[in-house]
Amino acid sequence: MKRLYIFAFFVFLISCKTEDSKPEKAENKEDVSLLEPKEVLAEDSLSVAVYNFDGLEPLLNKKDDKTYIINFWATWCKPCIKELPYFEKINAEYKNKKVEVILVSMDFPKMYKSHLIPFIEKRGLQSRVVALDDPKQNTWIPKVNEDWSGAIPATLIYNKDKREFYERSFEYEELENTVQQFLK
Amino acid sequence: MKPIKSVILLLLVVIASSFTKDSFSYEDGYKVGDYASDFSLKNIDGKMVSLADFNDAKGYLVIFTCNTCPYAKAYEDRIIALDKKYKTKGVPVVAINPNNPKVQPGDSFEKMIKRAEKKGFTFPYLLDEGQKVYPQYGATRTPHVFLLEKTTKGNKVRYIGAIDDNYQDAEAVETKYVEDAIEAMLDGKEIKINSTKAIGCSIKV
Repeated sequence: MKRLYIFAFFVFLISCKTEDSKPEKAENKEDVSLLEPKEVLAEDSLSVAVYNFDGLEPLLNKKDDKTYIINFWATWCKPCIKELPYFEKINAEYKNKKVEVILVSMDFPKMYKSHLIPFIEKRGLQSRVVALDDPKQNTWIPKVNEDWSGAIPATLIYNKDKREFYERSFEYEELENTVQQFLK
Repeated sequence: MKPIKSVILLLLVVIASSFTKDSFSYEDGYKVGDYASDFSLKNIDGKMVSLADFNDAKGYLVIFTCNTCPYAKAYEDRIIALDKKYKTKGVPVVAINPNNPKVQPGDSFEKMIKRAEKKGFTFPYLLDEGQKVYPQYGATRTPHVFLLEKTTKGNKVRYIGAIDDNYQDAEAVETKYVEDAIEAMLDGKEIKINSTKAIGCSIKV
């Protein structure tokens, strides 16, 4: 286990180095170091932090001036995959309006290497992807939202003034309209 | 009432109801303590199955599940084990596939038959044809369990939620929610944890 952490830390150092040239990613580095992921999956230039819920929770409760869109998804979830491009589009088009999309993968750990990493590479996902590996769902699901039954796709949108949870899938227009309500 | 007024009223009702459906759909369906209605759905053997068919049952473990969801698959062996353990004690498993096969072809009736054969299901595996039953129960995902107790007033909902607290590893389970609930129900004791949440696949409509 200890070796895994050392390895993860090493991977993290490398991934930071490659990201130095991209200033907009500077903030991500800070998060990763703050939250101490359980593990960091790394392949080529790609790295995905794996968190338990305690590690993920700060990402759901940031108090800065950004609006965060936290989408819970998985590579095997058809309606999730269908709406993923909409979240990517929002992330790209609303970046300069202080909107950040974070895609929280619920893939099983044994699928990280076989499904998740290849999927991210193939689709060229630009939004930040993290993986949540925490089997104690009955404990953490209500902490995301009291009314969430646990079905995915599900999306949390929040900023320091407003917080809404959506247990549903979105079409692009619906998502854009919803996000705009947070920017008023 | 003047026509204009009734039009406005009608509009308000439409707006209110559409809002309700969008924002509060999770409040639909049964809660613990409600009485669940019976159904008549086609089993994989082609026969129709209702809860009332089980004369000797003391209760039912109604489980919304399907062929395709990784979480549902992760629980298949545990569902079979539950049926084997509790059928003889009067609480059989009744599995229902709530998905629309047109949207999720892997959950067609034919594929249900194949899956049940492959896994050796010991319980009825019903298709919610027309998707009328799952909204009544308020199932939102697969797998989603409803434990019912047969009473003189009807089938009372005693537990709603997950089978246990570890989908990844049956060996690492700490709390067997469903087993604990059935044991308490059969002993006439209070069910300590009567609803739980778990990640699952949304029902395909």
